[in-house]
Amino acid sequence: MSKHTIKNYGIETRAIHAGSRPDSETGARNTPIYQTTSYVFDDADHAADLFNLQTFGFIYSRLTNPTVAVLEERIANLENGRAAVCCASGHSAQFLAFFSLMEPGDRFLASRNLYGGSITQFGTSFKRLGWHVDFVDATDLEAVKQAITPDHKAFFIEPLANPGGVVLDTQALADLAHENNMPLVVDNTLATPMLFQPFDHGADIITHSTTKFLAGHGTSMGGAIVEKGTFDWATAGKYPTLCEPDPAYHGMRFFETFGDFGFSMKTRCVGLRDFGPAMSPTNAFNTITGIETLHLRMERHVQNALKVANFLENHPKVSWVSYAGLPSSPYYELAQKYMPKGAGSVFTFGVKGGYEAGVKLVESVNLISHLANIGDTRSLIIHPASTTHRQLTEDQQIAAGAGPDVLRLSIGLETADDIIRDLDEALS
Amino acid sequence: MTALSYANEYLTDLLQSVKTVAMVGASAKTNRPSYFVMKYLQGKGYRVIPVNPGLAGGEILGEKVYSSLSDIPHTFEMVDIFRNSEAAGVITDEAIALREEKGIKVIWMQLTVRNDEACVRAEDAGLDVIMDRCPKIEYGRLFGELSWGGINSGIISSKRLKR
Ligand SMILES: Cc1ncc(COP(=O)(O)O)c(C=O)c1O
Repeated sequence: MSKHTIKNYGIETRAIHAGSRPDSETGARNTPIYQTTSYVFDDADHAADLFNLQTFGFIYSRLTNPTVAVLEERIANLENGRAAVCCASGHSAQFLAFFSLMEPGDRFLASRNLYGGSITQFGTSFKRLGWHVDFVDATDLEAVKQAITPDHKAFFIEPLANPGGVVLDTQALADLAHENNMPLVVDNTLATPMLFQPFDHGADIITHSTTKFLAGHGTSMGGAIVEKGTFDWATAGKYPTLCEPDPAYHGMRFFETFGDFGFSMKTRCVGLRDFGPAMSPTNAFNTITGIETLHLRMERHVQNALKVANFLENHPKVSWVSYAGLPSSPYYELAQKYMPKGAGSVFTFGVKGGYEAGVKLVESVNLISHLANIGDTRSLIIHPASTTHRQLTEDQQIAAGAGPDVLRLSIGLETADDIIRDLDEALS
Repeated sequence: MTALSYANEYLTDLLQSVKTVAMVGASAKTNRPSYFVMKYLQGKGYRVIPVNPGLAGGEILGEKVYSSLSDIPHTFEMVDIFRNSEAAGVITDEAIALREEKGIKVIWMQLTVRNDEACVRAEDAGLDVIMDRCPKIEYGRLFGELSWGGINSGIISSKRLKR
C-alpha cells in the first residue's frame, strides 16, 4: 500500500455514493430518514464536549441531523468543496452565508443579473440589517473594476443567471475579488455541479437553492452553502466573526480552530443555530434521491432546452431568444468555455406584443405549467414582469433581463416535441 | 510546495496502531485547538501526554505535563506537534534521537505545520511522518464522525463502517 495514493471517483459515482455508506448499525443500504429532533448524550461530559464543539456528534436537529448530513457531504463532494451546510431554502442559504461575513454597516458587491428574489433580499431586507449591497453589471469587467473596493466583504454572482441566459466570466471576476481581498460567492443553482464547477474557476463559496435541479422533482425546498476551504480569512484582515474570539463559545476562534472548514462551522454553529432555518430530514432524503440521477437529468434538460430554444428562435411571433446554448447568444463563447456540457435549461425569450402577449401566452399553454419555480422534471413557464420580478421597477426589470415582453422557461424532461407543440399552439 | 496527500488506508492503519501520544505544545486553556484535540483523542481511548516547559509539573485533563519528550518516563508511539514549522524540526530531531528508548514510530505535525527537511530525516530514521493534518480531524474523517458535520470525507464505500 502506498502512503500517497488516493482513489478518485467520477462525478456520476459520487452523485450516487458520496456521504452515504451503509448504516453502521443495521446495514440499511439507502440513507434512513432520521425523523428526530434530538439525540441522547452518553453522559454529562459528552454533552459538554458536544456543546463546546470539542467532539463531533448530534445534539439537536436545528444544528445537525444524520439524513441532512448525508446530503451536506454529497453536495460538498460534488462541488469538490471541503464542507457544506444545508438549510431550509436557497434564500436562507444566502442569508446564512452573508451572516458569517458581514457586520452592520458593511458593504458587498453583487451582480445585477440575479434571481429577482435575491435582488429584493439583498437590496431591501439585508439593508434593514445594515448590510449594504452595490449592484454591478458583472458582464462588464471594466464596470466591475470601477465598482469593487477593498471595503466590500464579498462579491456575489450567478455565473449562469436566472432568468436571462447570461453567462459570466467567473475566473476574471474571481481574480478581481481576490485582488480586493474578498471571497467570490457563487450561486450555482442553475448550472448545478454537473454542468459547472465554480471552485475550479476561482469561487470560494457556493450557494444553492436545492429546491431546483438538485432535488429536481418539484417536491422539496432546500438550500446549501459550500466552502472550498482555501480562502485565508485571517490574512484578508476583515472577517472578525471568523477570526476573533467568539463570545458564544468561550472565546474560541472559528478559523483558527477549524481551519479549512471554519467558515462552515461558523455558519452552522452560530448562523443556523441562532436563526434556525434548518432543513427537514424528509426534504434532505428527497434531495439525496434526486441527486442520484442529477447527471442523467441535466443531460436531458440541456438536450430538450436546446431543441426548444432552436424552435423558438425560428418562430415568427418570437422577437428574440436568450439562451447561452445558442450560437446567436452573446454568451455562447463563455458558455462553451465554462460549461461545455450545456448552458442549463432555464432561459428567456421575448414575445411580439409585449406585456399583454406575455400574459396571454402563460394562460394558453396546456402541458407547460404556469408557476414560480424552475428545475422540475415538468416544463415550467412564467412571465417575470407580472410575477417574480413585479416588486422591481421597470428599469430594474430590464436590467435583470425581466422586461415586460420576457417569458422564462424551465425546460423539463418530457418528450421534446410535446413541449414544442404546446408552445406552438399557445403562440398561435 | 507540492500538496501533501495521504492514503485513507495508510492513515487508518496508523491511527489504529497508536495508543499513546505525546502532545508538544499542549495548552491548559480550554478554548485552544490543542485542548480540543487532546480531549477528543482521550475520548477515543488514546492516552495523551502533554509536553510544555511552561506548564511542566502541572496537569492537563488529568495527565501530568512534562517539559520535554525525554522527561516522559514511559513509552509513546506518536509525537503530535502543536508548534510552528521551524520548532517542529528541532522536536523531530529530538524524537529521532529518542525513538528506540521511547518506542516512537510516528511524527505528526498539526495543520499548517510542515517541515520537509525534518520529514526526510525522520523517514530516513524509519519513522512515519504526517504533516499539515490534525489527528482529530483525520480520525473523525476516517471513522465517519466528520461527515456528521457536513464535511467532505472523500470516502466512497459500500461497506458498513466499523468503529
Ligand atoms: C438562482 C436562484 N437562487 C436562489 C433562489 C432562492 O431559492 P429558494 O426559493 O429555495 O429560497 C432561487 C429561487 O428561485 C433561484 O432561482
